[in-house]
Amino acid sequence: MSAPHALLEARGIGKSFFGISALEDVDFTLQQGEIHALLGENGAGKSTLIKILTGVYRRDRGTIYLEGNEVSPDDVAAAQALGIGTVYQEVNLLENLTVAENLFLGRQPRRFGMIDRRTMRERSRTLLERYGLNIDVDALLSSYSVAFRQIIAIARAVDLSGKVLVLDEPTASLDANEVKGLFTVLRQLREDGVGIVIITHFLDQVYEIADRVTVLRNGRLVGSRAISELPRLDLISMMLGRELQHITRDHQAEPETIDDRGAPSIQFQNYGKKGSVAPFDLDIRPGEVVGIAGLLGSGRSETAFLLFGIDRADSGTATIDGQQVSIASPEAAIANRFGFCPEERKTDGIVGDLSVADNIVLALQAQRGWMRPISSAQKRELADSFIKSLDIRPADRERPIKFLSGGNQQKAILARWLVTEPRLLILDEPTRGIDIGAHAEILKMIERLCAEGMSLVVISSELEELTAVAHRVIVLSDRRHVAELSGRQLTTDGIIRAIAGTGETEAA
Amino acid sequence: MTWFTRRLRRLAPQLVALAIILGIISLIAPGFLTISVQNGRLYGSLIDILVRAAPVALLTVGMTLVIATRGIDLSIGAVIAICGAVAATLISDGYSLPVVIAVSLGVGIVCGLWNGILVAVLDIQPIIATLILMVAGRGIAQLITEGVILTFNDDTFAALGSGSLAGIPIPIYLWVGTALIIGLLMRRTALGFLIEATGINRRAASLAGVRARFLLFSAYAISGLCAAIAGMIVTADIRGADANNAGLWLELDAILAVVVGGTSLNGGRFSITASLIGALIIQSINTGILVSGFPPEFNLIIKAGIIIVVLTLQSPAIMTLFGFIKATRRSGKLNHGTKEATR
Repeated sequence: MSAPHALLEARGIGKSFFGISALEDVDFTLQQGEIHALLGENGAGKSTLIKILTGVYRRDRGTIYLEGNEVSPDDVAAAQALGIGTVYQEVNLLENLTVAENLFLGRQPRRFGMIDRRTMRERSRTLLERYGLNIDVDALLSSYSVAFRQIIAIARAVDLSGKVLVLDEPTASLDANEVKGLFTVLRQLREDGVGIVIITHFLDQVYEIADRVTVLRNGRLVGSRAISELPRLDLISMMLGRELQHITRDHQAEPETIDDRGAPSIQFQNYGKKGSVAPFDLDIRPGEVVGIAGLLGSGRSETAFLLFGIDRADSGTATIDGQQVSIASPEAAIANRFGFCPEERKTDGIVGDLSVADNIVLALQAQRGWMRPISSAQKRELADSFIKSLDIRPADRERPIKFLSGGNQQKAILARWLVTEPRLLILDEPTRGIDIGAHAEILKMIERLCAEGMSLVVISSELEELTAVAHRVIVLSDRRHVAELSGRQLTTDGIIRAIAGTGETEAA
Repeated sequence: MTWFTRRLRRLAPQLVALAIILGIISLIAPGFLTISVQNGRLYGSLIDILVRAAPVALLTVGMTLVIATRGIDLSIGAVIAICGAVAATLISDGYSLPVVIAVSLGVGIVCGLWNGILVAVLDIQPIIATLILMVAGRGIAQLITEGVILTFNDDTFAALGSGSLAGIPIPIYLWVGTALIIGLLMRRTALGFLIEATGINRRAASLAGVRARFLLFSAYAISGLCAAIAGMIVTADIRGADANNAGLWLELDAILAVVVGGTSLNGGRFSITASLIGALIIQSINTGILVSGFPPEFNLIIKAGIIIVVLTLQSPAIMTLFGFIKATRRSGKLNHGTKEATR
């Protein structure tokens, strides 16, 4: 029984925040009884799209049709009333209420103006039985595991809305068995004709459960395909934005002379942390750029956190110039002349209310300790010289850094580390969310820095960027270092194959 | 813009508020502004304000730093009681003045470090962490004084509260001196800068290698130290330690002074000078109501009313209203700047 219209259809959706486009001309179609995976890297626009569909954000452009009728959900309640329900990663239920109260919160059955607990209990039981849950509905929600809570949240959302169910990273904190249970529930809902949108970064799960995928990249639609006609390799190319057949080797790979660069000065052996990244070996030579590639959630940033001591390794050793060192904190890493530009610039990078100059000297001042202040003349000089050499705009060192654009903030954070003259600089997504001009400048700078003998670890989801700047690329998948590419192997094609390769062997 | 005009612009709202309040009081109570010399010591309501402001001004210095780290210290009123009790006990037991002072200051620092452990190591929210000592502190003080108001007779120690030097009462030296030393410590070393960075974005600061824990510890320790000095002044002034009432609710006045001084409770940029002017505003109101001859039962209401007015005048909404043209011009400039930046 196929409906004449798609269940949910969005056409030409556009949204920008403060003049920066987050979503541009995106189409999305969800059929009845379909599980539709929405994929893309960080910042691709997945959550913006979801938030527009569920009424959290208002779209700037585009139209949304529900069962062929134009709708305009202005807030979450309106979207729910239309039939679009959402379950977020952090399940939005109240732990201190009972299961039944959670299911009927805000719409408790009443009798003579009082809450009719008996009806509520009975209806809760019947509701949950449909999901194969036979639990005490009078127990507090907090007494159940995350997996149970998730199903309870789904039950509530479906009961409340019933047509479209949006799941944001539903499996992120579930173990394999719980995922299986969740998928059984989702398959049953599909049978019942519910349209399900699922955001996830586990490709195995996409192939297990989804009927169709839509891939976004940099706020634009890459494509929407049936999963049965989409080999894994093609899907990864879609996500990372490279059509395999069109890849030309833009990178004249360095001749295999990397070993001539001398002995590795920084070595990590069997370095890892349970639940974060499996133990890996990593040697870094002076003047070398080591790239780290992998999909979202593959352990890219976690590797950086280990290298910089933000997470403490629970296995392995770190050696610098033949001396074993302990890198148990960022301070220790900095004492070993490491630097780290984090991916989350706003929360982990800038100190918003302080001036550009203050931000630039922060790491150096921290290194010198509070008793040896940087004089204001020194600060002015340092700030001005880096504002000039990195072309930070506006060239006003006294302006609070929060008023600068993303690219200029990134340059200021880079300057913060360059001031400390590090031996190893770790850059996590150094070019994300910044404009083309700054992008090129940052890449140029990376080359200049390694020519000066600084080692760099560059994490990026832009494969072309990696193949362009890195001498070697470590490929991560499923929180493991699965391949190391250098020389002629170092192509975007090679990286995509390495990412997919492990995925396929694991699925098999 | 020179350093001086920048400072003046930062302090202008507080200075204007103080001037207006002093002006109004002098209209109601003639002779308010007169200062006379008797027996080689300065007398007058203005001097009285400066003397009476000592405890709250001292607390304000520490509170400013704690608030700059995005914390709050509710315990300092109780720390006054503890340190006062310690000082009174030691004095009555016949210890010499340097020992009494050193031990009292030490106890204050220990109280601050205790708060520091709760906040920086155990990551307890500052308001809860310091609430513990706020409640327990008076109990501790009572244990020290064994439940009585412990009085003593020692003129040297009492001079800390009521003595004078070169015509100026000693409490003024104590709070101005402490504020100067700590202010210089903050601005002549990098301590103030690092505390601000930690208060604005602790995670980013830590990732840049800033030792956030150490800074939190120092802020709370300095707060405890300031409370200890205030505790000695209060105790010396009444020649006795009253575990129940010494410094009662003073922490709230100190928070108010910081807020009136324009330091945000969200942490970050701070100005000890502005907070101190805030403390003087609060003390002026207290003294002003007293000398104006209002029935004392109106005092708290009038004080609250004046503070609402001061805070309203400083609120972003009113500031924008008065500086309307300036605000639009600035935001216009900002837009221009960002455009240029993204180009």
